Amino acid sequence: MKPPDPLPEGDLIDRARVAKDAHPATARKPSTPPPAGPDVPATLYEKHKTVHPKRIDGPFRRFKWLIMFVTLAIYYGTPWIRWDRGPYAPDQAVLIDLANRRFYMFDIEIWPHEFYFVAGLLIMAGIGLFLVTSAVGRAWCGYACPQTVWTDLFQHVDRFVDGDRNARIRLDKAPWTAGKAARRFWKWTIYLVISFWTGGAWIMYFADAPTLTREFWAGDAAFVAYATVAVLTGTTFWLGGFMREQVCVYMCPWPRIQTAMLDEKSLIVTYKHWRGEPRGSLKKSQKEPEKFGDCVDCNQCVAVCPTGIDIREGAQIGCITCALCIDACDRVMKDVGRPRGLIDYATLEDCEREAAGHPPRPVIKTLMHPRTLIYFGVWSAIGIALLFALGARERTGITVQPDRNPPFMLLSDGSVRNSYTVKLRNMQSRPREMELSIVGLPGAMMWTDDMNRDAAARSIVREVAADVTLPLRIYVMAPRGNEEQDFSFKVTALDAEGESDSTETAFNAPEAP
Amino acid sequence: MAEKRLDEATNTETVGHEWDGIEELNTPLPRWWLWTFYATIVFAVGYVIAYPAWPMISQGTEGVLGWTSRGELAREMDAARKQRSEVVAALARTPIERLDPESPLMRAAISGGAAAFRVNCVQCHGAGAAGSKGYPNLNDDDWLWGGDIKAIEYTLVHGIRQPDGEETRFSQMPAFGRDGILSGAEISDVTSFVRSLSGLEPTSAASQRGSALFEANCAVCHGSDGTGLREFGAPNLADAIWLYGSSRDDVTATITNSRYGMMPAWGERLDPVTVKMLAAYVHSLGGGEDFIEIAEDPEVEVDEAP
Repeated sequence: MKPPDPLPEGDLIDRARVAKDAHPATARKPSTPPPAGPDVPATLYEKHKTVHPKRIDGPFRRFKWLIMFVTLAIYYGTPWIRWDRGPYAPDQAVLIDLANRRFYMFDIEIWPHEFYFVAGLLIMAGIGLFLVTSAVGRAWCGYACPQTVWTDLFQHVDRFVDGDRNARIRLDKAPWTAGKAARRFWKWTIYLVISFWTGGAWIMYFADAPTLTREFWAGDAAFVAYATVAVLTGTTFWLGGFMREQVCVYMCPWPRIQTAMLDEKSLIVTYKHWRGEPRGSLKKSQKEPEKFGDCVDCNQCVAVCPTGIDIREGAQIGCITCALCIDACDRVMKDVGRPRGLIDYATLEDCEREAAGHPPRPVIKTLMHPRTLIYFGVWSAIGIALLFALGARERTGITVQPDRNPPFMLLSDGSVRNSYTVKLRNMQSRPREMELSIVGLPGAMMWTDDMNRDAAARSIVREVAADVTLPLRIYVMAPRGNEEQDFSFKVTALDAEGESDSTETAFNAPEAP
Repeated sequence: MAEKRLDEATNTETVGHEWDGIEELNTPLPRWWLWTFYATIVFAVGYVIAYPAWPMISQGTEGVLGWTSRGELAREMDAARKQRSEVVAALARTPIERLDPESPLMRAAISGGAAAFRVNCVQCHGAGAAGSKGYPNLNDDDWLWGGDIKAIEYTLVHGIRQPDGEETRFSQMPAFGRDGILSGAEISDVTSFVRSLSGLEPTSAASQRGSALFEANCAVCHGSDGTGLREFGAPNLADAIWLYGSSRDDVTATITNSRYGMMPAWGERLDPVTVKMLAAYVHSLGGGEDFIEIAEDPEVEVDEAP
């Protein structure tokens, strides 16, 4: 599905001309020789054409730098943040401890049965993408998507090793000499180092980072650690170093979903054709200013584009709205003494208003429309609910599973015994004494499989180690004459907080004769 | 040279197919995608050569790597056996009465026993070891032949009334009615007395008559007070547990025809470690009794910290 073409039918734009430099993936105009027979296209397959974006500086480029540094710093740095949780828990701030089935995030510790917190975060992330898309368009694609960030990083490596756009195009076309091979080797080595570092950082989230680093280099780490690093190094190298915009155009589902989500109220990067067309070189337009628009056809917007498209063709799937073409165009407009914003962030609605000569609307009106507000409402409602649930959760728990076979046991003195598997949950990262007691069931006593029946009592005390579940095999014996009835097990932590939890279960007995 | 045709709305080249004015646009696949398709074909060919894949008339192709799912299972079983070997060895050299109830070795023995029980014992004793009429419940605190872990192991090894079993647990109650030792009326009186021992019937003239008959015929094994004797596997008649039922009819049938429950000698069928694990499991079910005498045999080597 294609987004609506912003250009009205029969527009002034000369499509054939703008297609000249456009990327084949998006422009879809074969630059190959004409087809062999009548009505047969030249090729059914698209040859991969490397994009060589030009260096550009400007406010959006600087903003991209900032986002890149922040996101990469978060990714590479987070596992190394320490967080004191006392002697019984790991001191890594963010740790996904798969082996022990615990997820630590600063002061929050999640157990597997609390996975709905993670599910809630994922739902928030999903709705957050919707929210961002409805407010500011494909900002995720343009700035924060890992594919975008790493592609950007690798393109800077290209620039560092091979020079800017023209030098790289020349080198690409040059025959394979020793010099070119050396340059390629050097560049791919840098790719590989970045990729390895990326893969290596990933595994740090799953184990104590300093320990794992030591083990990794000593060859003592688990096989899965090496395998994960190898796979992620490979994918980073391949996707960031070579596939780049192909991922956005062909592989990623998100641009496809977004084309369905964009409407005339969405912020997109737009070429203001009513102002720019017809294009003409600076010389021509200076000679006959009334015949030409503002666009001087310098092609800078195409040259800087990291996905190699021509924004002047309108919104398209290849446009990740990174706004580098805005920087490029603004600079040219400044140089030729025309107002900035020939290419700019705008909604289609605003474009129409502007083309019709109305004054522009304030930015806040552009951002705040009903869809955005609804998304924001849902998003924050889930967030608040999660925070509330997080604050209200208990760190002490009990579960009881009665034996079903046999449901009860007649003892030689005529009393009846039931067996239960009781689990006491200590979710605090310190050991706690816990008292398990029977509520109801008059005359009943209990004992465990590791103590003598003579010591049976209404309540027993056990120390539950830090951050574990203690399973207990509990036998409950009720004197002759007790009928089938419900009762409860209650656990109370014997500390200052005195948290408690209880659960109801059944006591089975033979039917009265 | 043909004119290439561009679709007006999208400015995309058409492939030249047309159906009633509807034309197909040429939206080319990236070339690398085509290569991944070829790569999957190459992979498939390699897979078919390396692994069992191609169905033939009697059996499939074997694949040059010689991989089979049975072989995989055997490898995994071997690995599991190897993993268990240490526990098995420790269990083999530790006499069962010296197994520390708190030790991990005991825990391992109990879970191993639970698995072996599901295979060998549930047919008679039931999945929950609750037994049924004639097959003892192993969860309760009533034991015919002894309920400490050593006695349970002995019962398991030698069985009960195993034919030709030299050391098997053996006893035989006379069939008082069938063999004409007691008359019908006498059996009825004894029944009344036996049922009165656990309060199932009030004391009556019949039970008092039965009391004398019990003293003369039954007390040798069951004791004067009817509490039984474990050397003979004579059940306690004064408690609430009745292996063959507590109704008048059931008790009369038992006295008339006797009972002759059997259990195989598992020592002949299972290895000693499995029997030990079974004993540990049965003992752990909640009715196990403490083993009192610890054999002071300096000849036996004990693993102090297994």
